[in-house]
Parts: sequence; C-alpha cells; structure tokens
Amino acid sequence: MASAESPAPDPAPAESAGGRPPPPVGPPPGPGDRPARSDRSLWNLLLAVPAVVPLLTFLFNHDRPRLAGVPAFYWTQFAFIPLGVACTIAVYRLTRKRG
Amino acid sequence: MASEHVTEMIVFGALFLLVSGMGFAAARWRRPGTMDSLDEWGLGGRGFGGWVTWFLIGGDLYTAYTFVAVPALVFGAGAAGFYAVPYTIVVYPLVFLLLIRLWSVSHAHGFVTPADFVRARFGSPTLALAVAVTGIAATMPYIALQLVGIEAVLKSMGVHGHWPIVIAFVILAAYTYQSGLRAPALIAFVKDVLIYLVIIVAVLYIPSRLGGWGEVFDAARAKFAATPAPNDGVLLDGTNQLNYAMLALGSALALFLYPHSVTGVLASRNRDVIKRNMAALPAYSFVLGLIALLGFMAVAAGVKPAVSGGKADTNTVVPLLFDKMFPDWFAGVAFAAIGIGALVPAAIMSIAAANLFTRNIYREYLRPDATDAQQAAVSKLVSLVVKVGAVACILLLDPEFSIDLQLIGGVVILQTLPSVALGLVTRWFHRGALIAGWAAGLAAGLWMLYEIPNPVKHKAHFGGSAYKLSDLGLDTRMTVYVGMLALAVNLAVTVAGTAACRAAGLADGPDATRPADYLADESDPRAARLEPSGST
Repeated sequence: MASAESPAPDPAPAESAGGRPPPPVGPPPGPGDRPARSDRSLWNLLLAVPAVVPLLTFLFNHDRPRLAGVPAFYWTQFAFIPLGVACTIAVYRLTRKRG
Repeated sequence: MASEHVTEMIVFGALFLLVSGMGFAAARWRRPGTMDSLDEWGLGGRGFGGWVTWFLIGGDLYTAYTFVAVPALVFGAGAAGFYAVPYTIVVYPLVFLLLIRLWSVSHAHGFVTPADFVRARFGSPTLALAVAVTGIAATMPYIALQLVGIEAVLKSMGVHGHWPIVIAFVILAAYTYQSGLRAPALIAFVKDVLIYLVIIVAVLYIPSRLGGWGEVFDAARAKFAATPAPNDGVLLDGTNQLNYAMLALGSALALFLYPHSVTGVLASRNRDVIKRNMAALPAYSFVLGLIALLGFMAVAAGVKPAVSGGKADTNTVVPLLFDKMFPDWFAGVAFAAIGIGALVPAAIMSIAAANLFTRNIYREYLRPDATDAQQAAVSKLVSLVVKVGAVACILLLDPEFSIDLQLIGGVVILQTLPSVALGLVTRWFHRGALIAGWAAGLAAGLWMLYEIPNPVKHKAHFGGSAYKLSDLGLDTRMTVYVGMLALAVNLAVTVAGTAACRAAGLADGPDATRPADYLADESDPRAARLEPSGST
C-alpha cells in the first residue's frame, strides 16, 4: 500500500515498516529556485459574500417593493446570481498567476 | 385518447430520435485511440474544455426532475419551493477552492471516483468502500427520478403505461454503453439549447397571457390564503425561514459530493476550466429560478394536476401548463426539452455509479489485478445493470417511494462530507473516526427522516426533510433540514473519535498524496498510477 507512494523516479521505494509513508520527494518547496505554488489569497474571502448572503432570509423575505409585479422575495434572490458571478470572476482574475 | 396530442408526439419523437443518433455517434467525437479505459469511457478522455464542461455539468446538475419537481413544489407550497435558487447560488463559491484541489490530486494520481481519493488520502479501503456504497445508494433513486420526469411529460401527452419509458431507457443504455461520457456531453448541447429556448419563451409569453406578473402572484397569494396548510404562501413565515436557509445550504454542500457531479468535474481539461465554470454555471440557476416561477403561473392559469391511480400528480403541472398555453408544436419542443433533460443526467449518473463499483469494489476486493480494459468492460456492464435497476424501481415501486429515496439520498450523501470535502484540506481526521462519524450520521439522519410525518399525504413516516426542533426539546416552532442535523452528529463523532484514536495511539493510515499534488495542473506530469498493493 505504502509502496504506491512512488511518484519519484526512484527505482525501489523503501517499504516503510510503520504506518507513515516515507517523506515526499517532490520538488523542493523552499524559497529556492521558483516560488512555491499556492491557492492561498486574501481575495478568496470574497467568495464568502455570495455563499452567505443568499441564506439570510430576513434580508429579502418581503413582498414590497415589487419589481414589475414580482415580489421582493423573488427578484432579490435573482439579483444574488449576478452578485455571485461577480465575486467569483473577481476571485478568478485577482488570483490568476501571470506568466 | 391521445388524438389531440399527435403534433406534440411527432415533435417529441423526432427530437428524441435526433439525440439518440447523436448518442451513438458520440463514440467518434474527439475519437480516442481506444475506448478500453475508464479515462476514455468514464471520463471522456479527461480533456473537456470550458464550453463542453459548462454544458456537461449544467446538464448533469440541473436535471429533468429538477425542472419538473421544483415548480411542482412552488405550485404546492409557494416560497418554500424557491430554495432551489439560493441553493444553486451558494454552491459555487462554497466549492470553488475545493474542486480545483480535487481535480489536481485526481489528475496527479489518476483517480476516477471520490472514493479513489479517500482511499489514497486516508489509506483505508474500508472508508473508501463506505464512500462508494453511499454514493451508489444515493445515485440510484436519483436515476429513477429522471424517469419520473419523462413520465410526467408522457402523462401530459395522454400516454399512460410504462412501455415508452422502457424503450427510452433501452436506447439510453445502448448508447451509454457504446460511447460512455461522450454521449451525454454531446447530447447536453441539444438539451440546454432547447431548455433555454423554451424557458425564455415561457417567461415572456405566459405572464402576458395571464395579465402580467402582478396578477400571477396575486392569484398565488389568493390560492395559498385559502388552504388550511400553515406554511405555504408567497413569502416564508416565521417557522420555515431557518429550514429554507439550511435546506439551501445542506443541498449545496451535498451537490458536489454526488459521484456524478465529481465525474463532470474530473472530465475537464485543467483547473482554469473549472474556475471559469464556477463563474459561468450560475446562468443555469437563473433559468432554474424562472422555471420555479412556472409553478405560480400554473396556479394563475388554473392548471389542475393530472390524476392517475386516484392520486393527483403535481409533477404534471408544468407539462400541463405548456400544453394549455403553447401551440401544439411548441409544446412538443418543450416536452422534448424535459425528456432529453432526463437522459443527460441519467447517463452520467449511471456512469458514475458504475465507476464506483468498478474502482472501489471490483478492483479493490474482487480483482485487484484488473487491467484498464477489464475495468472499462466491467463499468460498461454495470452501467447497464444500474439502468435496469432504475427502471425496476419505477415499474415495481410506487413513484412516491422514489421521491422518498431521493430525499434520503441527499441526507445520506452529506455524510461523506468529512472524508471527501474536508479530506481535501486536512488529514487531521483518523480513518476509524471517519467511519464511526459516517455511521453515526447515517443512523441519526435515517432515524429523523423516519420520525417525520406528513399529515397532508397521510403518511406517518418519511414525510419530509424538515425536522421540528421542538422534538429535540427546544422551545421553538422552527424546523431544520435533517441533513444538516445528521452532519452535525457526524462531525461531532468524527472529531471526538479522532481525539480518542490519537490518545489511544492508534496508527493513521498512510497518506499517498503530497501537498504539491493538490496544486498540480494540466502541464504537470501525471504521477505513477496508484495501484493497489503490490501490482506493478
């Protein structure tokens, strides 16, 4: 099972006796040659907005104001769709790696 | 009986034949060197770009049953049925960061199913088996419900009896067997074009015939005011607001735990395709919202659900609305949109369930040395078995029972969240504790569902998914979605169990993944395939 952990060109991966697999032999993560990749970014917090706002029913559980006859309950929730799209696009663009 | 529906049937039949032909031809689309591997048959070559993925996942998640059941729910209960809209808004930002990690680690290790990931991450075939069985159990009734969608359309055309469904599923089974995931990916184009066309026409045309949106909502308000049920209405009341939010959140958390959703994600070419789709898929949520409003239009238009076997079937309200409002030929197009809308998800679901069986049961326990070609052959056969099972569900069981099973399915699949979703970001949890939490969550969820009556349908058990908090001794009339309560039980047991396992010094399973695997992209070399013990 542990021998499956052999992404390296190492011909004979040592079978570790205990449960833990041997330490990974991937590209060095340190601040050496190229910067380590990461998905971390403060911009990701923007995703919390569309993930939370549509669940706050007290914000939109009202009949008025109506929009073209549609109660606020319905058109507000439709309006959350572009909100979600905008936040997602913003995160996508702001965290995109250049080069 | 059906003479007045001839035009509708001809249009419906023609479009159905068109997509069936496409399904068989799909085997030649982006022609692979060989179809004899799960990467090709089960994941379409893992190379779908932005557009194909958008149609595929859109066709996968927004199913015919959704298109029929959501407006039926709005027709029956009003605002509470609109939860589908916040559900499909919150889901994408929630899973955005998780899905790219799942794609990367699956790319690096060649995972085909979520259970493959769990097995490698926690070093536990047993936990993977639990995840796989849960996935199959939750998916089967979902496939059966797609048949309910087709049946609703057929009933509206005056066609009763089961033989058309059997024929449709035989054709579906044949081209899925031959073309694998390429078939639904290609058919999804037709399905979505038809759906968008029908819905845009419907929301522009039908309200104008009913006197405008204001009239539609006023008619709905009058209907709900006249019913004795306390929780229906054009707005939510004090007791079901929490349930509305929790049902939306719980459904969103469950959506990408379903194996067929994961199949759609893993078939995409790279991380960028997934990220862009997280921003583009809400276009379907907009359509779903409009479809939900069809329920109110049906109220205003005075639609009466079709009665079969002495029971009114509210799933027929949207097809009947189309039948009443549209000219015959366009009603035929609308019916075809729903019918084809059932084929795409049914195909993907059967492929996903078949892959789970092949990878996590057959290869794990029956034939550890199965070659790629043998795995593909087994998956193809199992996809047939799954469809036969779904048809049998419909033929042998009360359709009501499928709906109960679907309700249970959502609660059940949520119990894989700690292993699959949380496993993507942490492996702090102990494999033994994850199994215990899964079992506890399942038991709690099933017990609560069993305890919920439905006085309207005269059922003592499995009457819904809204659990009264007063039953837990809380002094409130509020209700909460069972899935979230069961997940809370699951998480509590998992956390406590992990702490206990650590204190007892029980060894963790080996983790075959590395941190860098979760960030891998298309250009990164695929690591050596994760083979089960010993086979090289």
